[in-house]
Amino acid sequence: MTAIVIAHPVPTRRSGMKQAWLTYRVILLRTAVIALSVLMLELASRMGWIDSVSFIPPSKMVLSAWDILIAGTYKTDIFLTLSAAGLAVILAVVFGFLFGVLLFKLPRVRRVLDPLLLSYYAVPVFVLYPLLIVLLGLNRWPLVALGFLFAVVAMAVNTLNGLERVPNVLLRTARMLHMGRVREVWLITLPASLPFVFTGIKLSIVYSFIAVIGGEFVLSGAGFGYQIAYAYNNFDNPTMYGLMMLLLVFVGTLNLLLHTAEQRLYQRRVLKEIA
Amino acid sequence: MTTARMVPFPRRPTAVSAPIASDAKIHVAIKEATRIFTARDTGRPFHALGPVTFELREGEFFSVVGPSGCGKSTLLDLVAGLCPPSSGTIHFEGNPVIGEVPDGVAVVFQEDACFPWLNVFDNAAFGVRRSGLPENEIKERVDHALHFMGLASFAGVYPSQLSGGMRQRVCIARAMVLRPRLMLLDEPFGALDQQTRLLMGEETLKLWRDTGSTIMLITHSIDEAVLLSDRIGVMSSCPGTFIDIVETGWSHERDSQTAMDPRYGALQAKIWGMLREESIKALRVKS
Repeated sequence: MTAIVIAHPVPTRRSGMKQAWLTYRVILLRTAVIALSVLMLELASRMGWIDSVSFIPPSKMVLSAWDILIAGTYKTDIFLTLSAAGLAVILAVVFGFLFGVLLFKLPRVRRVLDPLLLSYYAVPVFVLYPLLIVLLGLNRWPLVALGFLFAVVAMAVNTLNGLERVPNVLLRTARMLHMGRVREVWLITLPASLPFVFTGIKLSIVYSFIAVIGGEFVLSGAGFGYQIAYAYNNFDNPTMYGLMMLLLVFVGTLNLLLHTAEQRLYQRRVLKEIA
Repeated sequence: MTTARMVPFPRRPTAVSAPIASDAKIHVAIKEATRIFTARDTGRPFHALGPVTFELREGEFFSVVGPSGCGKSTLLDLVAGLCPPSSGTIHFEGNPVIGEVPDGVAVVFQEDACFPWLNVFDNAAFGVRRSGLPENEIKERVDHALHFMGLASFAGVYPSQLSGGMRQRVCIARAMVLRPRLMLLDEPFGALDQQTRLLMGEETLKLWRDTGSTIMLITHSIDEAVLLSDRIGVMSSCPGTFIDIVETGWSHERDSQTAMDPRYGALQAKIWGMLREESIKALRVKS
């Protein structure tokens, strides 16, 4: 008997090339929009349409950023910011994940905490900074705690969402295949919830950086955010814009890397409409 | 932790063309089995199934039809060991089934159970990889199953690139690779269009003939049950019990052309005659 094959066509080389061209076209358009905006700002500043002292041309910002990077003047501050944010991310991801699993396992606790979790981001965590200094001392830990507090709930909620969305049929399949609890979690539950967990990690990184740099800007005596604020207060606009440019490039690159990793993760899972 | 025990197919002699004999060896015995749930919202007990008493003969194709919500899938869960009976007993190959899927039993569910992060080959190999078999034997089994299910050229493709019917065939291939002696199919073609269902039915018959497994199919479709089965269990509305078990008398080499047989229509009418009142009852309960 001949086997019967009913399928969407597997991507051919031609359809793959078409898809690649569409992707490149989007990237090209995006780059063009950014380039045009920068060009407009450059022109506006150089032609005097906007105050060129308050807003230096983007080309000067880039040069200033390059000088800062080469001189290494702020490497201690950059290190302080990165270490505080990195630590906050690690803590938020680990504890957020465990908290999410706990909420999933204890529905009663979840029911109690649900309204608090929903309104969590309405609380401006920066107001807790004095309290954190009292609790943790006048050092970098209050900033780490700020980053952690800002990120941990996003991680927990996304973990919870991921675990809740693991299709029951996959867990029944695990039982059919005589899988133990540990293997079920490792081989089915985690991979099935991974897109949500990854979104949680992505948000944790973003939120931690926002909180740490924001905290430094307003409340700290060292770090990237503090140096931007310091340059701003001393009317040192080239330094301020240079630091801002460095920060934008760093955060932009990080976000791009995370986005690429996320896309790769989803690529295999989402049903693609193939012409 | 246990792993699936691999036992070769009990091959059926190729010349067999007669229906499964009524004195064939009993493969599964269900005696007075019931299932009573506690309703989550009210906390009251809900009698979902039974008491049900029947036997599956070794190597037969048995289908269960019944109105919506009569407990067909619950019955399959009990036989599979996915949930324990509230009362009564279930035996597979003489051993009691108590809340755990016995070795030699595979289940194909109605929902898409493909792992989206694995390609077709790895999906099919997923169960057997945990058995400790050498990789070359796993590859041999999986290649055979994929070839059998018409998926050989899709081994490296991800489930998201396949149609619903193909994804369901990946799940059947995964079950087939385990070489089960009892295959439980819970409306595996429920979400497919009529043409694909017919083709999948033929594939299932081919699988049944080739492997010699006992198959229990849960289905909404009277046509499908009549076409594929040696015997059909007709269930009442909830709590489901068997009103009758109908022998089709088809030869072993049946296929979709069996629908041309005059007995086909008679069997359909007979089963619908039994189900009609029950379906009306089920609708009244729902509304």
